[in-house]
Amino acid sequence: MTDNTTGERTVTGASIRLDGVVKQYKGQNKAAVQKIDLDIEAGHIVAFVGPSGCGKTTTLKMINRLIEPTEGRIFIGDRDVTGEDPDKLRQSIGYVIQSGGLFPHWSVAKNIGAIPRVLGWEAKKIDERTDYLLDLVGLDVADFRDRLPKDMSGGQQQRVGVARALAADPPVLLMDEPFGAVDPITRVRLQDSLIAIQHELAKTIVIVTHDFEEATKLGDKVLILSEGGHIEQYATPEEILAKPASPFVEEFIGSGATLAHLTLSRVKDVDHDPVVTAEVGDASQEVIARARAQGATWIVVINEHGRPRAWPSLDEVATKERITDYVDDRLPTVAPSSTLNDALDTMLAASQGGVLVTDGRGAVTGALTIATVMAVIRGQLSDARSGDGHVSYSAHTEGAAT
Amino acid sequence: MNRLRRAPLDVWFEPLLIVVLGVGYILWYRSTTLTTTEQASLGWDNLKTTIVDHIVLTLTATVIVVAIAIPLGILLTRDRAKNFRPVAVNFANIGQAAPAVGLIVLLTMWLGTGFRTAVIGLVVYAILPILQNTIVGIQQVDQRTIEAARGIGFSGLRTLVQVELPLAVPVILNGVRTALVILVGTATLSTFIGASSLGTLITTGTTLFLPKLLISGAVLVALLALIIDWLGRVVELIATPRGVA
Repeated sequence: MTDNTTGERTVTGASIRLDGVVKQYKGQNKAAVQKIDLDIEAGHIVAFVGPSGCGKTTTLKMINRLIEPTEGRIFIGDRDVTGEDPDKLRQSIGYVIQSGGLFPHWSVAKNIGAIPRVLGWEAKKIDERTDYLLDLVGLDVADFRDRLPKDMSGGQQQRVGVARALAADPPVLLMDEPFGAVDPITRVRLQDSLIAIQHELAKTIVIVTHDFEEATKLGDKVLILSEGGHIEQYATPEEILAKPASPFVEEFIGSGATLAHLTLSRVKDVDHDPVVTAEVGDASQEVIARARAQGATWIVVINEHGRPRAWPSLDEVATKERITDYVDDRLPTVAPSSTLNDALDTMLAASQGGVLVTDGRGAVTGALTIATVMAVIRGQLSDARSGDGHVSYSAHTEGAAT
Repeated sequence: MNRLRRAPLDVWFEPLLIVVLGVGYILWYRSTTLTTTEQASLGWDNLKTTIVDHIVLTLTATVIVVAIAIPLGILLTRDRAKNFRPVAVNFANIGQAAPAVGLIVLLTMWLGTGFRTAVIGLVVYAILPILQNTIVGIQQVDQRTIEAARGIGFSGLRTLVQVELPLAVPVILNGVRTALVILVGTATLSTFIGASSLGTLITTGTTLFLPKLLISGAVLVALLALIIDWLGRVVELIATPRGVA
């Protein structure tokens, strides 16, 4: 484990290096992964993406040696792990699969404590760690500790899967299509939650996905693979979108590259509208007066942690003497790390013209309206149109079309 | 005990049947007068010995079958032994396909008469359900759960003991229950090779034309089978881990 401080955050992750790694299955002519060299910086998220059969999962599983490489060396930090005991090695690497892969016969707490128990931690330390991790992944400790996996939604199971992977505080986290089996809105929440966790812990995370948009959202760098584990491009999302390295990459990222920039702009990069908040039990007239003074037409009711409960209009507020404890379970929220694309999706799914922006702990910090998003799209479209030699309608000469 | 309250219908219906049948038999047994010949088999002391013999024979065979079939089944699900699986299942199949009477008599030719031969015959006959269910039970465990266990650093043995076996328990126990019920019935045949069981009542009743013996033997075997089936069902319910449907 290497502990080095860069800037303001402490990187607890370790670098990963693949050195000429090959996977050749017996009885097959072509190697599943032909000689791959790759450097992954400590504390970064790298997304492996590519069409099915490109070897992205095989490459991931060679890092924790669920699949033994035929040739080559793998380094985690400065340690050559190619010859290590595979069980010991995996205990020091977090691993998350689709739907979390929880043990169905164990409670949430027992699932999370699986590896600490193998490592012989004291029961009290495991309990504390479990509570800390549940809180970290955004699940209420009292509510979820003793639940069984079957009594949770797919998204909640996935969160527990991440908590279990982080239990022994590994420097490296490997994730194999972790968000493939959940609905789009839940997926966005889980992605934002992962970004928040990564921001707090600065682990090295390798994530396999088939979704280029997810790769650009999550990855500090994206690795695009084609058949046989051939590296087509390994760069930041911005670079890949601006300068695709090959026709393969160009085709893979698709023609919607302009709108794909929406996935590069984050909610935190654009201006938010301030919101007027009120707590349950506040006098309605006082709240309305406060809102009018700021020119707001609606308010956000928050709980004691600052998390939003509802967003009634002033007319609705006026119908009750005091702010009620009504909870709107369809409240659209996004995190600062969400992309504008996510925000737009959330608004459309909730049939609302705006979303609330919440921080890592769920407290409301502002609101984002559809107008703001549209302004960004308009700006990007005009950027893209100017200078690509496209002749506009008004500048067109009759008969010049071919 | 909460889970017993949610128990399915059969868990409650079966004991009802057992009580009705049992009480009926006891009432008849107490009211009937036995001739001396009948007394020799149906007198309480003798009857008790016969019942105990039958249970001992059944349980001994079951313990041995379980001790052989479950470890063998586990072994056959390991990757290294995968190739032997069809062979072993075929052998077990032959054991069950052969008629039980034939099997026991043939074994007698080889091993002589008595308790030991009867047990061996029963063991051969009852291996298949437990072996088969152990293999199926372990194979039906979600591969992704196993991959997750290995992926977070569980060794192969730990994965087997803490993940695969607990999740296979309902299916394995179902096989044990099936085997037990088969054994209770088949144990009656041991009378042909000189091992005492409830079958002795039935054969004596047939040969000497004593319907009371014949019916007692049949009713008692049926009762025993029902009781064991029910006990097995209850154990299954209790031993199934929470969270497994």
